[in-house]
This record gives sequence, C-alpha cells and structure tokens, in this order.
Amino acid sequence: MTTKSALTAISPKPLPEDTHSCWSCGSMRAAHFCESCGKVQPPVPVDYFSFFGLPPKLNVDVAALEKSFYELSRRLHPDLNARAGSQEQEWSLEQSSLLNDAYRTLRDPIKRTEYLLHLEGVVLEEQSKSATEQARATGEIKKQIVPPDLLEEVFELNMQLEELRMNKKMGDDDPELITEIGKQKLSLEAKHEALLQELQTYWKAWDSLVSRGHATSEERAEVTQKMVDVLNRRNYIRNLVRDVNAAMEN
Amino acid sequence: MATDRIVGIDLGTTNSLVAFMQGETPVVIPGDGGLNLLPSVVALDANNQPVIGNAARNSLIEMPERAVYSIKRLMGRGVEDIQEELKLFPFRLAEDMQPGEVLRIKLGDKTFTPPEISALILRQLKRSAERFFGGPVTKAVITVPAYFNDAQRQATKDAGRIAGLEVLRLVNEPTAASLAYGLDKKQNGIVAVYDLGGGTFDISILKLHDGIFEVIATNGDTHLGGDDIDNLLITIALDDIRGDLGLDLRSNDLRRNAEAVQAIRKAVIDAKIVLSSQPSVKLDIELPGGQRYRREITRNQYEQLIQPVIDRTVGPCKQAMKDANLKPEQIDEVVLVGGSTRIPKVRALVKELFHREPHTDLNPDEVVALGAAVQANILGGGSEATENMLLLDVTPLSLGIEVAGGVTDKIILRNSTIPASATQFYTTQIDGQTNVAIHVLQGERELAKDCRSLARFDLKGIPPMAAGIPRVEVKFLIDANGILHVSAREQRSGKEAEIQVQPSYGLTDEQVEGMILDSFDNAEEDFRQRQLIEARAETTTILTALEKGKKSAAWGQLTTDEKKQIAKMEKSLVAVNAEEDYQAIRKAIDALNQGTMRLAELMMDTAVSTALKGKNMDDTDLGEGPTAPHPMAKAEFE
Repeated sequence: MTTKSALTAISPKPLPEDTHSCWSCGSMRAAHFCESCGKVQPPVPVDYFSFFGLPPKLNVDVAALEKSFYELSRRLHPDLNARAGSQEQEWSLEQSSLLNDAYRTLRDPIKRTEYLLHLEGVVLEEQSKSATEQARATGEIKKQIVPPDLLEEVFELNMQLEELRMNKKMGDDDPELITEIGKQKLSLEAKHEALLQELQTYWKAWDSLVSRGHATSEERAEVTQKMVDVLNRRNYIRNLVRDVNAAMEN
Repeated sequence: MATDRIVGIDLGTTNSLVAFMQGETPVVIPGDGGLNLLPSVVALDANNQPVIGNAARNSLIEMPERAVYSIKRLMGRGVEDIQEELKLFPFRLAEDMQPGEVLRIKLGDKTFTPPEISALILRQLKRSAERFFGGPVTKAVITVPAYFNDAQRQATKDAGRIAGLEVLRLVNEPTAASLAYGLDKKQNGIVAVYDLGGGTFDISILKLHDGIFEVIATNGDTHLGGDDIDNLLITIALDDIRGDLGLDLRSNDLRRNAEAVQAIRKAVIDAKIVLSSQPSVKLDIELPGGQRYRREITRNQYEQLIQPVIDRTVGPCKQAMKDANLKPEQIDEVVLVGGSTRIPKVRALVKELFHREPHTDLNPDEVVALGAAVQANILGGGSEATENMLLLDVTPLSLGIEVAGGVTDKIILRNSTIPASATQFYTTQIDGQTNVAIHVLQGERELAKDCRSLARFDLKGIPPMAAGIPRVEVKFLIDANGILHVSAREQRSGKEAEIQVQPSYGLTDEQVEGMILDSFDNAEEDFRQRQLIEARAETTTILTALEKGKKSAAWGQLTTDEKKQIAKMEKSLVAVNAEEDYQAIRKAIDALNQGTMRLAELMMDTAVSTALKGKNMDDTDLGEGPTAPHPMAKAEFE
C-alpha cells in the first residue's frame, strides 16, 4: 500500500481551491460541479475526506454527511445527467462512484478509521495482503497475535470450546458448560463494545492534532499506533465470538 | 419533448408491459386488443413468422414445439446452469450446443438465443407504443430482477439493442415498484418491497427521504416464482394420470403428449388463480385418447403443497434485514409486487415476516412498469411530479477476483451503492510477460468455483519487463445499470492495457450487431419485400418478351385495337410496378398476359422467338424459386 499523505493531509484544509474554470460556462468552478451553471466537472483524484470538503478528522457528523451525500448525488448522479454529452456522462459516472465509495467509507466508524490509517500508510494486521496471500499459498491459517491482556481468557475459552465440540461428537450434553461459555461470550461482546469507546478517545486525540496543525510524524504515529492496537484487538474478539457462535450452533 | 419520448418496460417472466409518464401520472400503454399485459410467449407460425402474446399462448397448446414461454429463465445462463430448468420446462436446446456456448433454443426448425426471443417481445411492446404515439420510439428503461447478475443484465441490454431500442437504464424491479409507490404516497420512511413474480423473487429494503429512493439492502432468488407453483400442480396431474390411467405424458416423443401437458398447464394456472379467492376448484381436462382427467383441489391441499416454495422466500428476507441492520419493527411499509403475491398464503407469510399487513393497493401486475415509466421520465429531464426524485440503487452480489488457491477476493461488497468502483494492482510472474489473466466472479462464497463466473479478462500489451516490475492498475467499475466495466493501465509506462473480454454466458458485441432486428424487425416487411421482388422480376420478364414480340412478324398481324389494348396494359403495368403493392403488380401482369395471348399464339405458329423454347410451357413445370411464368404462354394463376 502506498503512503499517501505527508504533512499536508494533516493541516487543516479548506475546501479545495481551484484555479480552473468551468469547462462549460467559464466561471470559477467548485470541486465537483460548477456553482454557476451546474455542469459536472472532471473528477480530481482526492482522498475521501477532501471529496466531502472535510478535514481528515475522525469525529464526523454523520447526519450532516448524509445530507451532503444526498445533495452531491443530486448533482453528480448519471440519472440526472442522462441528457448530457458523453464526456460529461463519463465524468458523472466517475464522480458518483467516487462519491459512493467515499460516503460508504466515511459513514462507518471502523471503515473511516481504517481509511485514515491507510492514508497514513499504516497497515492493520488482519488486512495485510501479503500475510493473507502467504497463508493461502501454504494453506495455513493466518497467524493472529493474541492480545496480551486477553491471553488467559482466550486460553480458557478455547479449552471450553474444545470440550463443547467433544461433547457434541459424543452426543453428551453439558448445560453448565454452555452457560459458562454463554457468559464468556457476553463478556467478550462487552469488551468489543468498550473498545469502540476507547477508539473514540483516540479519535479525539487525533482530531486535536489536526486542529492544532503541524503535527510531527512521531506525534501522529503515537496516536495511530493506539488506534491500530484497538482495531486489532477488536477484530480478534470479533473472530473469537464468531467461533463461539459457530461451535454453539453445530 | 415528443422526440425525447422514453418508455418504461417491464420485461417479465410471464407478462410484459410498456408504460410512460402522461403528465404527472404513469400509465400503461395498451397493446393489441386493448390489453395492458402482453404474455411473454413467443411462437413461430406456419410461415415461420414470429407471433407474440396471446396468439402465441394458443400456439403453446396447438404447436408446442413451435412456441416458448418463460424465456427470462434462460437469460444470461449457460447449459450447465439450466439442467434443473430443462427438467421442468419444455425448452428445446439446439442439437449442436457446445458447453460454454451461448444457449440456443429451437422453435420449429429455427434456433434462437434467449436475447433474440426477448427482443421479439420488446419489439412488440415498441410497436404498441409507436402505434399509441403515432411516432417512433427508440429509447427505453427496462426493468430486471434486483438479484440478476451481470450476465443476466447484459443479456437484457442485448435484447433491447436487438429490438432496436437504446436501453438508457436497467432498473431493478423492486426499486421501480418503490418509485411508483413513492410517487403515489410522497412519504418518508423505510419501505420493504416483496416481489414474487413468475420466475424470480426479490426483496429490497429502501429508505425514502425527500424524493431520494436509497436501497439499503437487496436479496432474492432468480429461480423462484409462480412457475414453480405451476410445476408442482402439473406434476400432481401427470402423476395422477400415469397412476390412474396408465398414460405417461412425460415422454416427449409424442407431439400429442406435449400438447396435453400444455393444456394441463393452462388448466392448473387457471385453477391456482381461482384458489386465491375460492376454497376449492375442479380440474377437468381432456386427454389424448378422449379420456378426461378430473380432480378437485382444496385451498388447504394447495397451500400445503406450495408451502416449501413460499418458504424459500424467508431466507432472503431475513438476510436482507440483517444486511440492512434493521428489525421488522423498524420497517414502515411492506409493498407487494408480482402476480404471485395475490396468493393468500403469501400475504400471510409476509405479514408474519414483517409484523405488519402488507400494502396491497397498487396493482401488482402493473406497478413495475409504472415505476419504469417514472424512471424514464427522470432520465428524460424530469417533470414537476418527479423533479426531486432520484434512485440510488445497489449491486446485489459481491464482486470478486480469483486469486491463488482458487479463492475469491472480494473487491466490491454486495449492497454497495452504485456506481461503485475498486482498484487492484497486478504484476507479472515471468520475465517479459506481456499478458495478465483475470477471472472476475460474482457471489458471496469463499471459493471461486462456488461463485458465478462473470468473465475472464486478458490484459494485453503490457510492456515486457522483468517479472514483478510492471504495475498494472485495473479499475473495476459497476455502473448505474449494475454492469461491470473494466479498464487497465500499466503505471510505469502509462500505457492503457488492452482488455479482451470473454463473457462467460453472453454474446459479444459483434454477435449482437449481427442480430439486430432489421432483418427481423419487419418480418412481415421481409415477406412483403420478397413478394415485391419476385413480382418485379416477373414484370421484367414479360416486358422483355413483349419487346421481342413487337419486333416479330406476328406483331404485324394484330389489329390496331389489339395493339392499343396491349399498349394500355403495358403502361398500367409499368406504373404499378414502380409502387409497392405486389398484389397489384401481379394483377397487372395477369392482365397483360391475357391481352397478349393471341400474339403468343401467332408467334408460336411462326416459331420465331427462341426465348420461348424450353420455358414454362408446361403447366406442371414450376421450375425453381420465384417462377416467372412464360409471358406468352398461359399464365400460372395462384
């Protein structure tokens, strides 16, 4: 994955200034469509935050984002540009796909975080493509590092799940075991939820850096690393809960 | 505005319709006989001329090997996929079908691909619209099941093109229905559309907000519908008949059997409709051999029988709600679409699934076409009724690439709003490699073999470099029709890579071009043209011979009056020959023949013209092809 941003991505960014004029009416154009005549403009490769005219901050007003999304859709969607010339229609197609991709990413808290990390050149463990490919090639299960604070819990839970599977094979029934596992699952789900809260505190820290401006790479790395940690742990727990559900069902 | 006329078309499994926006309301354009519904049945008559609709339904019973129904079930599919279909439907495949080839089915002794058959239906609708407007119609919005994959969508677009229609947009059926509903209600909220048609089932969940129709999730089954219910009933009848009367109508050898099966089919369809409002119905069908098959079916028995079919709609509904992250209570309205939703058991199931009474005041047969008309209006620039409306639909299936290990790497997830895109980077394995092969799939499964193969792309023209050095950027774009487009660029050289697409189940552009219905388009026209050509050839022959006759000695033996008569008829013939009425030309030829009979006799006597020898002197010698009767001999009257 390429590292996209340097310092520029982090300093507070106003709406993209453009010295280009509208290809149709000559006015100074807005990023996606001309303010004057409404014609769709050629897409410019920008990151998803910039596309919406937002600073790269993690706390996003989702309601406002949705409103923006609907407004931009009305301007850029191919259906509403169906009688335009073919070049315009092509731009409309590209712009809307960019709009949809950006909206889909930014409206979801986790996707948004992962996207920002991607912009910062940080790779999440689970997503590491080379690790995935290697695992597929060798047929091994991709190794996931157990978060240290969960080690004991995970060990015990895995033992219980193994016991459960054995019971199922034998046709035995152990309602107590199932209750125990159920409790563990609830505890994990609570942790999963709590991690989201923790993530949001790091959002705050990140956003402060953006507002302040001129953050150094060390400062940025400190916050992004914390976010990566939380996401990795959250993913791990999610996979664990999924395994529990699978074992309970079968 | 009139020239920008865009119609909305519902190309259904069982029935098709065309509609347009009349002022502020969408209306269905009636076809032959003033009927709104055109049965999606195609047949060839005795002259191999296509017959569409109700007339074709009769052909199904009288000449079943010359007719086809539910062709939508075959669109965008290959031989391997339709094995189940072939057991339940009387589709006759062309004998020389190869695996991997586009399907061809037989009607009489001609073969057609499914898009060609669909094109005949579309052309019929096009004509109805043109007759209605009194002018040409060349643009349309056509609906497809939301769960249709890329190949099925492409096949539908191809059908439009073959029929001479520019397909401006493919719209998903449940979304179209929601447009008709939303136009009517003008309320914000969450709406679920449950669409059970003749051959396909879709469930879509939408958010309606100030004119924006945003699909949140969609799911379905493209081989589930009223047809399956019909087949259950037909099977019971066939089993009864074999058991009680010892008659096995399933053997396809006897043409009578095929007719009988179609008669049974018609009877069970009528019966199931009755059972929606009556507690029981009696089947009474005449069989080959004169026996009668009689059976009473109660609604209870019927409901028990069809429960498994209806239950198949539950899974997709639950998955859609899960994907939308919504509980039934959070859905404000459920809209029913499709004839099969008239079945009381279906309504009961919907009520149970969504915890509310479904909305039933829209005509389930017409609502999709009406919605298509609304979308057509939006594309055409909109009007007061539609000025704030916009459809934001989604792709129903995840798009993936096959990677090492036969696994699918999903690059665009299902229920992503379209247009949507994804970019992937590829490189080469071998030094100097100039091609990269990509296999694109649709589906949710892990393994490529369990997903639907869309196409194989060959990226060509990569500048030869050491292995692993080229960086080919491949962009996958799903457009607003839900159809995939791929473009590629080698980044280091900036060169656009050439992409050769081998669609897995479809026609290439060239094939579609070759099928465009101008030859078909006016099949009657064709027939007329042929007759015209033949008649004109006859004219040339007779006039040529007449010229010779005028130079002969026999000409001098004619009276002035006779010569005058001949001249008059000749002039008449020349005049009518320049026009388009072949029957009038034939009449004029006959008249001239009569008028020159004496001349011919005289010329025979003097045996002057060698042109006369060996030509059709004999009544029974018709020669080959268009036969011009010998001008000086007795004419062959049809």
